[in-house]
Amino acid sequence: MSGADDAESSLAGSRAAKPPMGTATEIAAGIRTGQLSARAVIDAHLASIDAGESDVHAFNVVLADQARAHADEIDRQVAAGIDPGPLAGVPIALKDNLCTRGIPTTCSSRILEGWLPPYDATVVQRLAAAGAIAVGKTNLDEFAMGSSTENSAFGPTRNPHDLTRVPGGSSGGSAAAVAAGFAPISLGSDTGGSIRQPAALCGVVGLKPTYGLVSRYGLIAFASSLDQVGPFATTVADSALLLDVIAGHDPMDSTSIPEDLPSYSAVIDRGVAGLRIGLVTELMGEGIAPDVAARVRAAAEALEAAGAIVGEASVPAINFGLSAYYLIAPAEASSNLARYDGVRYGLRVDAPTTSEMMVATRTAGFGAEVKRRIMLGTYALSAGYYDAYYGKALKVRTLIIRDFAAAYETFDLLLSPTSPTTAFRFGDKTADPLSMYLNDTCTIPTNLAGDAAISVPFGLGDDVMPIGVQIMAPALGEVPMLRAAAVLEAAAPRTATTGKAM
Amino acid sequence: MGAMSERITRDDVAHIAYLAKLAVTDVELDEYTSQLAAVLAHAADVEALDVTGVAPTAHPYPLSNVLRPDVVGETLDRSEVLAQAPSVEDGRFRVPAILGDEQ
Amino acid sequence: MGEPLIITSPTTGADWELVIGLEVHAELATATKMFSGAPNVFGGEPNTNIDPVTLGLPGSLPVVNHRAVELGIRVGLALNCTVARSTFARKNYFYPDMPKDYQISQFDEPLNLDGYLELPDGQRAGIERAHLEEDTGKSTHQGGDGRIHGADSSLVDYNRAGVPLIEIVGRPDLTSPEQARAYVSELRAILVAIGASDGKMEEGSMRVDANVSVRLVGESELGTRCEVKNVNSLRSLVRAIDYEARRQVDVIESGERVHQETRHWDEEHGRTRAGRSKEGAEDYRYFLEPDLVVLDPSAEWIESIRSELPMLPAERRVRLAAAAGLTPAEVALHVERDFDGFALAAIEAGADPGRAMTHIEHNLTGATAADVDVTQFAKLVELEVTGALTATQAKQVLTEMVETGESPEAIAKERGFEAMDSAYLESIVDEAIAANATEWGEFVAGDDAKRGKLTGFFVGQVMRSSQGKADGKAVTALLNQRRTEAGS
Repeated sequence: MSGADDAESSLAGSRAAKPPMGTATEIAAGIRTGQLSARAVIDAHLASIDAGESDVHAFNVVLADQARAHADEIDRQVAAGIDPGPLAGVPIALKDNLCTRGIPTTCSSRILEGWLPPYDATVVQRLAAAGAIAVGKTNLDEFAMGSSTENSAFGPTRNPHDLTRVPGGSSGGSAAAVAAGFAPISLGSDTGGSIRQPAALCGVVGLKPTYGLVSRYGLIAFASSLDQVGPFATTVADSALLLDVIAGHDPMDSTSIPEDLPSYSAVIDRGVAGLRIGLVTELMGEGIAPDVAARVRAAAEALEAAGAIVGEASVPAINFGLSAYYLIAPAEASSNLARYDGVRYGLRVDAPTTSEMMVATRTAGFGAEVKRRIMLGTYALSAGYYDAYYGKALKVRTLIIRDFAAAYETFDLLLSPTSPTTAFRFGDKTADPLSMYLNDTCTIPTNLAGDAAISVPFGLGDDVMPIGVQIMAPALGEVPMLRAAAVLEAAAPRTATTGKAM
Repeated sequence: MGAMSERITRDDVAHIAYLAKLAVTDVELDEYTSQLAAVLAHAADVEALDVTGVAPTAHPYPLSNVLRPDVVGETLDRSEVLAQAPSVEDGRFRVPAILGDEQ
Repeated sequence: MGEPLIITSPTTGADWELVIGLEVHAELATATKMFSGAPNVFGGEPNTNIDPVTLGLPGSLPVVNHRAVELGIRVGLALNCTVARSTFARKNYFYPDMPKDYQISQFDEPLNLDGYLELPDGQRAGIERAHLEEDTGKSTHQGGDGRIHGADSSLVDYNRAGVPLIEIVGRPDLTSPEQARAYVSELRAILVAIGASDGKMEEGSMRVDANVSVRLVGESELGTRCEVKNVNSLRSLVRAIDYEARRQVDVIESGERVHQETRHWDEEHGRTRAGRSKEGAEDYRYFLEPDLVVLDPSAEWIESIRSELPMLPAERRVRLAAAAGLTPAEVALHVERDFDGFALAAIEAGADPGRAMTHIEHNLTGATAADVDVTQFAKLVELEVTGALTATQAKQVLTEMVETGESPEAIAKERGFEAMDSAYLESIVDEAIAANATEWGEFVAGDDAKRGKLTGFFVGQVMRSSQGKADGKAVTALLNQRRTEAGS
């Protein structure tokens, strides 16, 4: 894969575009002080979308008129002396599994094609209250099940760095939107790595918060005990700013953490002096591409150079994470997706009886991967198999949590690759579902443990595609995690594929 | 009974498709059976683990007694909801003949 | 009520006994639904008491209602259960009145365990568990005769979806349809007394399913049971259990086996019918509800709920029985009609317990305790006991007391009731005897039946000549006395 070929197949001849008019932090500051017009910002981003969207296909729907109207309103507020909030006028893309009232929300599935939710997700409400402007709903693997966005019923999203390659998944659209400069920030969801892995493949920052930190009310469920909503951004600072806006207790979500939270954006520049960071042995073995492993070691050195104490960490039960995940997640999903039965909303395929109608609707409405996981999950829960499959997987989960806890007695943070390889080409892994699942080995354990993790771009692979490095933290460890991420970001090689350097 | 090393059969898959209200063609049945078997075979490595005395974890962050006060909240506008329904009659969701029994 | 029902087979002469366990679902009297703030109100336009959680819209999440838990604990304590740390589980099955196609219930770890209910006759019926869950929507069927089978389509209303339910699972300790009726009646009284539910079977806020099996008297092994649903009144419950038990006896005696299945009570035709679901076809795939967390009520909270419980029907029966010198079973009706407080007050005010209880039972059937002043009532009883009023007169005075609220003395005076001189009574009786010699002859000589009829005749004569003021009992006693004298 030579650089010349890449130039032809990448977005408009340039690598991951710098966001028009700066980062979210810069835009918000500019708009709040009246130096920037929200309308100008939105127009610039919509132009960017116009220019590149037909190549990238990051969006299921672009909200041009609505965004412009919203921007005009922000400008009016500022003119009237009203502060629109910490994300004033910042364009944001939203993964299409977040409910947006009156705006199509499809989960990239035929079964929800055209569905207009009658309510907003909590995170959507918080974004609006902070002055952010939704520019569109982004593409995803159907119902968030996948690692490449190839499972979307509406066609795949393409990696802005190389349009012949996948952006990762399931939040491929949200990652690509930021990487392509369509919006400086976006929201995705992460159940087994669906924010972090596409972030790594697209060369942007992607953060999975501690389970319960961000409300799931209005996030269309895939696996309830694993799902979390989280930010994509071109900078660590922007991801912290977005996290500040969306995090915090929500009485509409029983699993929402009730504690008061610190301000994340306030603390990220405090460095890593004295922080103990462990490189996870089990995630640096065979199965990790050599160029990826090299970048992770370079990251470890960078952290050490910045004052961290770096060592080797072992979390043995991690080796069973994939197995436990592919029993727990589908089991919960099989139940969460039962409601799509053609009765109340979404697709209905008519039949003489309700039972036949439900079967016909679900068969026509769900793609193959979704059906596979529903069946896997149904099997894992079924009579006679519960103890051996789902029941056992929950115990494996306990072991993983224990091993992480043990590691976190010695280390404050853990380090690993985010994805075993750089972005692969379309069709490379679709023939064998298992090969696709292996993309998530590094990310899944954090979801099972309910901990926090972030992927930070840290250089390029041999194929000149972005590589991300994962920092993991114990539950509610976002502060040290962001500090380490900021250090890595500053130390990252200045290549064309990091938004900052463009 | 139900040990992970037992291969999932075509009949098993047909039964779970029935439970999950999915129709599968014969070709799909074969495909899904081998794909699911491969995933379950991979998951079988868990069988080697000794989990005696290990409690299951259903929730990663231990919370308890999350309750809400018995106070009326926002309701939905019926017309907005019914506008999204595939079939409506008399303010209700219309479905074809139901043959099964209420549980 | 307390005796088991024994079915003696008309064909084989064998004696069969019943084993009955009841499952009762009661809607809890909360303002909002089990897992969201949508209103919990009966009736209303279809699909108006809904929110995203009620409809199970994509992205919606449940949050447990505090008051539902409080009422659930009240029920558990009133049924002598242990209130436990509990969890919620999903029961997965497809049905159009289920918005999520799973129901959130409690499975492995229910709120309340191992209690009992004391029946009016003193017998105890075991309660296995009482747990919280959410109700489903309702479908009405079009085409056909309005029943589900034969309908062309159905219309679904989700107003009821999400309403909090408590499911009370009774142990199979009941042995007759009447005992089952007593169980449900008592349970209902408890639920109403503690304010947990309004318990209206006809409105559906209390639903009863009966698990029925039969076995030969003397056998210890349980027979195969069937679950009977669609029982909408106490009367239907009795009929349905009786029918089902006899049906099972017939099945077994004809050489077949009873299939474990759900059967529906057909009120119109007075029989149970097999349901459409295949035996054992449902696999609910229960697993812990990942959207909810553990419910672990503190000891303090439980005790504060316990301390606020009102006196329960069983205790009220004991209390009244002690005051009245009767057994709890004998005073059950008074407690059921909420007359026990009244009766106690009357007895405390000096009324003769026996007469007081009789009046309450027979002569206040249309009234409530609020309709009668208890002091006046006690006075009335005293008048009767001292003989100032006959039993018949007392009844009439009481009726007027309920209507007008006047005192018994005033009413008696108005009506001209006064004690009848015994000599005067004798003279009227003797006159009647003298005036009806033929009938008197038959009375003296006749058998019990004849004498019974003629007693009525003579009492009627005496009543006429005394303008209704004679005491029927005294007249009868006199007639018999004269007869004895005539015989000697």
